[in-house]
Amino acid sequence: MPRVIVDVMPKPEILDPQGQAIARALPNLGFDNVTSVRQGKRFEIEVADGGDPLEVARLAAEAMLANPVIEDFTVHVAPD
Amino acid sequence: MPGAAGSLGPVSASITVGVVTFPGSLDDRDAARAVRAAGVQVIRLWHGDADLHGVDAVVLPGGFSYGDYLRGGAIARFSSVVGEIVAAAGAGLPVLGICNGFQVLCEAHLLPGALVRNAGLRFVCRDQVLAVENPSTSWTNQYAAGEQILIPIKHGEGRYVADAVVLDELEQSGRVVFRYVGDNPNGALNNIAGIANEAGNVVGLMPHPEHAIDELTGPSSDGLTMFASLLKALVAA
Repeated sequence: MPRVIVDVMPKPEILDPQGQAIARALPNLGFDNVTSVRQGKRFEIEVADGGDPLEVARLAAEAMLANPVIEDFTVHVAPD
Repeated sequence: MPGAAGSLGPVSASITVGVVTFPGSLDDRDAARAVRAAGVQVIRLWHGDADLHGVDAVVLPGGFSYGDYLRGGAIARFSSVVGEIVAAAGAGLPVLGICNGFQVLCEAHLLPGALVRNAGLRFVCRDQVLAVENPSTSWTNQYAAGEQILIPIKHGEGRYVADAVVLDELEQSGRVVFRYVGDNPNGALNNIAGIANEAGNVVGLMPHPEHAIDELTGPSSDGLTMFASLLKALVAA
């Protein structure tokens, strides 16, 4: 069964306080050279044989998984 | 203020307001109490209802519908009852979205923009001064323009954002209904606490008017005026 990955990220112009908080905490663990973190979401979708799994995932992302006002998304087929 | 509800005069028993309950709603009972305090009969609406039972207006309450899974309001938007509300709102039904209800209205595209995580890393819970910027909506017609009111806020994802074109349109057309006064609690653009649709029948706001209907249990009775405004709009219609 084809598995499709949908990655959803906040748009570049949208403030990401969660990412900023993580970026500020990482130096405490010794990650002094991390300059930026942005936090997003990853969805793994299984699509029954028949339709175009990439197209199904793209439509699902547009309709529900991402909010186009604040987020961008990309879709790709998961490697086996 | 004792007697505020009673000052509205006789109320038509035929006027009803629907208060929606989703799995995870918290403030539906307070919202129903506030509607009743304004002298209006309440009909409780369940998220699975594909029927608004003839109500004259709808309140979408605060809380965490569907656990805020995915995004606040993102799953509630696809519930049967919200489908009915979207259709009815387009035909002029007054709709008020409070906190999570505001998030649902944005996700359902009844209102533009989105509500994202607070800028300050904190869930904010405090009494907040608001300015009433637009006193001509179905939900604000009993306020004075520029009136300052004291209403509780309690949210972790209340930062209103929209692109520059939408913000400009909201500002130019007077659709910013409520603005935070003093410290901006969540980083909302233009200090926006609440907005309306073009027709003014749909209003969403992050603060909780239903928690400010009498001074015994809230910081003021300023929120009651929102429900009294609705009654005025319905009686006038």
